[in-house]
Amino acid sequence: MLALKKILRIGFEHVEDWFDIVFGAKWNPFYQLGALGWFYYWIVVVSGFYLYIFFDTGVTQAYQSLEYLTHEQWYAGGLMRSLHRYASDALVVMMMVHLLREFAMDRFRSPRWFAWFTGAPMLWLVFAAGISGYWMVWDQLAQYIAITTAEFLDALPIFGESIARNFLTDAKLSGRFFTLMVFMHIALPLFLLFVMWIHIQRHATPKVNPPKELAIATLSMLLILSFMKPALSQAPADLSIVPTTVNLDWFYMPIYPVMNNVSGLTVWILLIGATLLLMLVPWMPPGKRAAVAVVHLDNCNGCSRCAADCPFSAIDMEPRSDGSAYKLEAVVDASNCVSCGICVGSCPTATPFRTKSELSPGIELPDDKIKELREKTIAASSNLTGDDRVIVYGCQDSLDPAKLAEAKVGIVTMPCIGMLPPSFIDFVLSKKLADGVFLTGCRDGDCDFRLGIRWTDDRLAGERDPRIRKRVNQDRIGKYWAGMTRRKEFFKELTAFRLRLNKLESSQAEDKIKTNDSSEKIDA
Amino acid sequence: MLKFSRLLAQVISFAVFGVALAYFSNSPSYTYHDAEMALIMVSFSHSSERKEECRRFTPEEIAATAANMRRPMDCKRERVPVYIEVMLDGENLLSKSYNPTGLSKDGASSIYERITVKPGQHHLLVKLRDSGREEGFDYESDTTINIKAKELFVIDFRKELGGFYFKRDE
Ligand code: HEM
Ligand code: SF4
Ligand code: SF4
Repeated sequence: MLALKKILRIGFEHVEDWFDIVFGAKWNPFYQLGALGWFYYWIVVVSGFYLYIFFDTGVTQAYQSLEYLTHEQWYAGGLMRSLHRYASDALVVMMMVHLLREFAMDRFRSPRWFAWFTGAPMLWLVFAAGISGYWMVWDQLAQYIAITTAEFLDALPIFGESIARNFLTDAKLSGRFFTLMVFMHIALPLFLLFVMWIHIQRHATPKVNPPKELAIATLSMLLILSFMKPALSQAPADLSIVPTTVNLDWFYMPIYPVMNNVSGLTVWILLIGATLLLMLVPWMPPGKRAAVAVVHLDNCNGCSRCAADCPFSAIDMEPRSDGSAYKLEAVVDASNCVSCGICVGSCPTATPFRTKSELSPGIELPDDKIKELREKTIAASSNLTGDDRVIVYGCQDSLDPAKLAEAKVGIVTMPCIGMLPPSFIDFVLSKKLADGVFLTGCRDGDCDFRLGIRWTDDRLAGERDPRIRKRVNQDRIGKYWAGMTRRKEFFKELTAFRLRLNKLESSQAEDKIKTNDSSEKIDA
Repeated sequence: MLKFSRLLAQVISFAVFGVALAYFSNSPSYTYHDAEMALIMVSFSHSSERKEECRRFTPEEIAATAANMRRPMDCKRERVPVYIEVMLDGENLLSKSYNPTGLSKDGASSIYERITVKPGQHHLLVKLRDSGREEGFDYESDTTINIKAKELFVIDFRKELGGFYFKRDE
């Protein structure tokens, strides 16, 4: 499984690199899969609503009412029908790619179990909703689906009477089933919406809307497709005639030919087994888990910044429990904390300027203490020389110190770049530990911890607390969101940054003595 | 990359996605049933006889039972399997036993078989055994059918109607 995941990941990264060039990070569809899923879902709902106005829910009239929409009202009803079908197909594509991608990128392990776990039932809901939709057309495909589905359900020893027998001759009975399917086709998507909502409950500011341009482009594509190849019915259902050759929608029905050729019970065991396995994946080895964030109440002033910044909604602000004058305190929900450290980067008390070195910030990762980050920064600066001394801060998924050895920069890594409090940059520059600070992290648009890059960008731009201090010279800050894959570009950006530093007025010379002076003070 | 070539590549990406959606939403087609052939379905459920006949409890046995549990007859609930044979123009197309359903094997046997046959006129003979006998059949029925390609002919069984029951939606 590990090898498979690695291959998948490399595959995704290659394709996404290409899409980054074509679409740019902001519009890269691979970074918007969940949001695109929501978008397709809404298209399906709106078009479905229109169809339902004209749809006749009786088994004998249903087919005719759809024929009317498709042919007499091709410009509206027919269009809506095609949109309904193609957006549903696109939803399946998006969902499967999204599933594979989250798997490949390892975003499902135990602390991140929630979205994965709630994703599994969505697979059943999406497929069941689509199948019930094709049932409603009551053409030969629907008849084929009805027979095969009924035989499949009959394989379970829970229905007393055979359901499949209803589709041999008795049109009245199949009519009853038809009504049930119409009901299911409304109930299932509604329930799906509910689970979709649950799915993102643990995500702070979930991406449920794709960027406007991407939404317009994908909707245009669906519209053009609908005009060029309208969705049609097959011949009407006739229970006395056996469906022969059917045009399956392979997005929804790849399992149907299997159901015709393998015993129903085997298919049930396979499907349920696969679903259970899928749901258990988050807890499969290697299950090592980093220590979760810890709050030090004596330094927490209840400002709520950490709760606002945590991408996984793992922090709640609760009434003070230590009798201090502040109203609130941060409380970490250990089962949701993924140990990214982004909360540390947002805490106003996490600053390297503190003189009492024992002091710890309001919130902190036990395995990556702020004190250690400060020590690592000072150590990284000690071997640097010249006028273009650079300290590179990066997340552990984007920096391989071995590969950077030649660059002669100071390297400090942490779980996520969002963990770096902006005051560290001020610290490095004002204490003259280096001439510039360069930040790197996951690929732009696809932060492994969702919001680390976004918050970092906002903090540096002065748009989000904690803001970087005005006195910091922005020319001495560089950044490039490279991930592990864009080594070449990373070095290019880094080199360019150093050239820029060299060109900056070398204010260092006169300060040099001071620098040594201050670093001694720091070390003490 | 030039702005134009980027735009072109975007359009191509969407076009590829659109073509894939259009194509796989109804192709390639799948053949469920050969259009040249007709179909005979054997489909019904039937409760066979009990495996053992009911037996009168001996007076001693009745005496040994708690007063509120006393019954005159001892009836084991398990049923025998239903055995079916289908012959078409003298050729055996199906001979199979169907176990009773239910945990204590006291439910009806459910039969659901799909037999693809050549269209045309055929002589159909169906036989069913639902008792404990070793040989022979309890029900037998034959008919001449004329069935067209793609048509469905259903073999049903209703004990209350005297046994096999053929129907065909005209
Ligand atoms: C109708 C289908 C689905 C829709 C609309 C959907 C939508 C979403 C959305 C909007 C997000 C949040 C993205 C973000 O803001 O970062 C998300 C995340 C996620 N989804 Fe889905 N999803 C669907 C199906 C699935 C399925 C089938 C699975 C896998 C079994 C799955 C697994 C995940 C995972 C693992 C995450 C990310 C969790 C994390 O970052 O910790 N999703 N999904
Ligand atoms: S480390 Fe902090 S920001 Fe990251 S998940 Fe845990 S509580 Fe949230
Ligand atoms: S950011 Fe720091 S000070 Fe503010 S609530 Fe969180 S832990 Fe407390």
